Amino acid sequence: MAAWMPSPALLAHLGLIFVIFQMLVLSAAFMVWMERKVCAYIQDRVGPNRVGYAGWLQPFADVIKLITKEELRPKAADALLFSIAPVISAAAAFAAFAVVPFGTSTTLFGLLDEPMPLQVTDVNVGVLVLFAITSMGIYGIVIAGWSSNSKYSLLGGLRSSAQMISYELSYALALAAVVMLAGSLSLREVVMSQSGYWWGFIPKWYIFLQPLGFFIYMCAGVAETNRAPFDFPEAEQELVAGYHTEYSSMSFALFFLAEYVNMVTVSAVATSLYLGGWLGPLLPDWLAWIWFLVKVFLLLFFYVWMRWTLPRYRYDQLMEFGWKWLLPAAVLNLLATAALVLWIG
Amino acid sequence: MVPLNHFLLLSGLLFAIGTAGVFLRRNLITVLLSIEIMLNAVNLTFVAVGRFHGTVDGQIITFFVMTVAAAEAAVGLAIVIALFRHRESLSPDAFTSLKW
Amino acid sequence: METFAFYVFAAIAVIASLLVVAQRNPMYSVMLLITSFGALAGLYVLLDAPFTAVTQIIIYAGAIMVLFLFVVMLLNVPREEPLPSAIAGMLGPSGMRLGAVLSVLLAAEVLWALSRIAPGSFAPEHAESVSSVANIGRMLFTQHAFAFEVTSVLILVAMVGAVVLARKEH
Repeated sequence: MAAWMPSPALLAHLGLIFVIFQMLVLSAAFMVWMERKVCAYIQDRVGPNRVGYAGWLQPFADVIKLITKEELRPKAADALLFSIAPVISAAAAFAAFAVVPFGTSTTLFGLLDEPMPLQVTDVNVGVLVLFAITSMGIYGIVIAGWSSNSKYSLLGGLRSSAQMISYELSYALALAAVVMLAGSLSLREVVMSQSGYWWGFIPKWYIFLQPLGFFIYMCAGVAETNRAPFDFPEAEQELVAGYHTEYSSMSFALFFLAEYVNMVTVSAVATSLYLGGWLGPLLPDWLAWIWFLVKVFLLLFFYVWMRWTLPRYRYDQLMEFGWKWLLPAAVLNLLATAALVLWIG
Repeated sequence: MVPLNHFLLLSGLLFAIGTAGVFLRRNLITVLLSIEIMLNAVNLTFVAVGRFHGTVDGQIITFFVMTVAAAEAAVGLAIVIALFRHRESLSPDAFTSLKW
Repeated sequence: METFAFYVFAAIAVIASLLVVAQRNPMYSVMLLITSFGALAGLYVLLDAPFTAVTQIIIYAGAIMVLFLFVVMLLNVPREEPLPSAIAGMLGPSGMRLGAVLSVLLAAEVLWALSRIAPGSFAPEHAESVSSVANIGRMLFTQHAFAFEVTSVLILVAMVGAVVLARKEH
């Protein structure tokens, strides 16, 4: 190859990043469709069925509508912060997916000299990076709430960010327990340490060793993404629309995108940590990412199912649950895991 | 690789900026922010010199500095809130009643 | 490549810190300080300290700055009025004039002292296990175990103190 051309490995890596980015955006679109269809069937009706077969083009119709809407900004809003807030939310949501592994290494059918792992980057402090980027996502909401200069937005923004900070602690403690079991902070190593079977047929996934941890992680994850039953700050009945009341058109679309991509990230991390990532029977190694997609899809379906089945928590009940029940449970889980590791290992 | 001097110069510059902020700003919260800048400059020095010697001690000291900075920010902001409730002002010039 | 990254991060850190000190809107000051912390985290990564970099983002940019942001929003901190008198010589009350002189003196002295030391070069690339999280954990829990436990008491004291101080009196 000529000297100025980038190496095949670099090209493949850039291609992988591009594919992952597009997959995230498409998964957000898919989530829009799935949410409306599942919601409809739970409520005993059909849902969107006009645009395309079974309405699968509905998200694209929504996107076209959102793009062509007029972009409004309240006169008293702080212009710079008002426009930056959705960008921060969306950027944090996408960036968190950079450390999630979704398959074993691939050589692209022999085109590459050395195998390339199916992950944007495998830092050896991957779990901490995830946690750091999640804490950065709070700023998008806080700034959106404040810069809109409206009381509904400010209240919604403050409540939402207080909720996210409170549940971050339980999130981190659940992660810490898994890290203790796996002995490494790199997500790829955590997945690899779940390979193998007990007694031949039960896979060695951490969900079987840490059922309470999985429950804590899912609760904290749902609260972090501001989804039901913890979505009081966005409750239409109480707060108009919370922190994104004053946003329209593409900024609103960015917040929506950020929320769905956050859901996908939480589900992807949950499958990596608790459900064995891409490990599964029957499929060969180079198709293992299909198992990853299946598991993430199951968790996303669970998310949507929860939203349309459970009533939402009131804000003080939500905070009480986070501080008085979930946090002590997470601490107990950590202590029990530490005792288990010391006793066995 | 960047020589050690560059890192020390950078952290010296940041420390000076933080000190200027503490001296020159008339808003208690900005004063606290400038103190955070100074603490960060010190952290950078520790990590750079630790790496210079090839040990990990610099990072351990940084860990403790960050923890202390968190505690100090929390208590400092609580004091600012309590002061604001009394005088409705955030300027250090409003709290000079103990001056002789 | 590394020198380029160093200069980029250093420039962001210095410019953001200057703007924190110089500009009037406290909300912008907090956001600029967050950018400065991010640039410093990048510098820590260049110094083979990934754990410190991530901890900086989690603790400083992710928790302490959120606290500052909440206080700025809830106290509705107004923009500072620009000083009534003219700029360059007369910097307002005598305290500020003295403060400005002292800051410039400090900056000059620090930079002079630093420029006189011989250029040092870093230790050769050490094994990744030296600055790995496992090694840091091991050192923290064996050699510095007492300090570690004391910081937990310190955080507890700070928490109780903050709650008591900010409580409304009845």
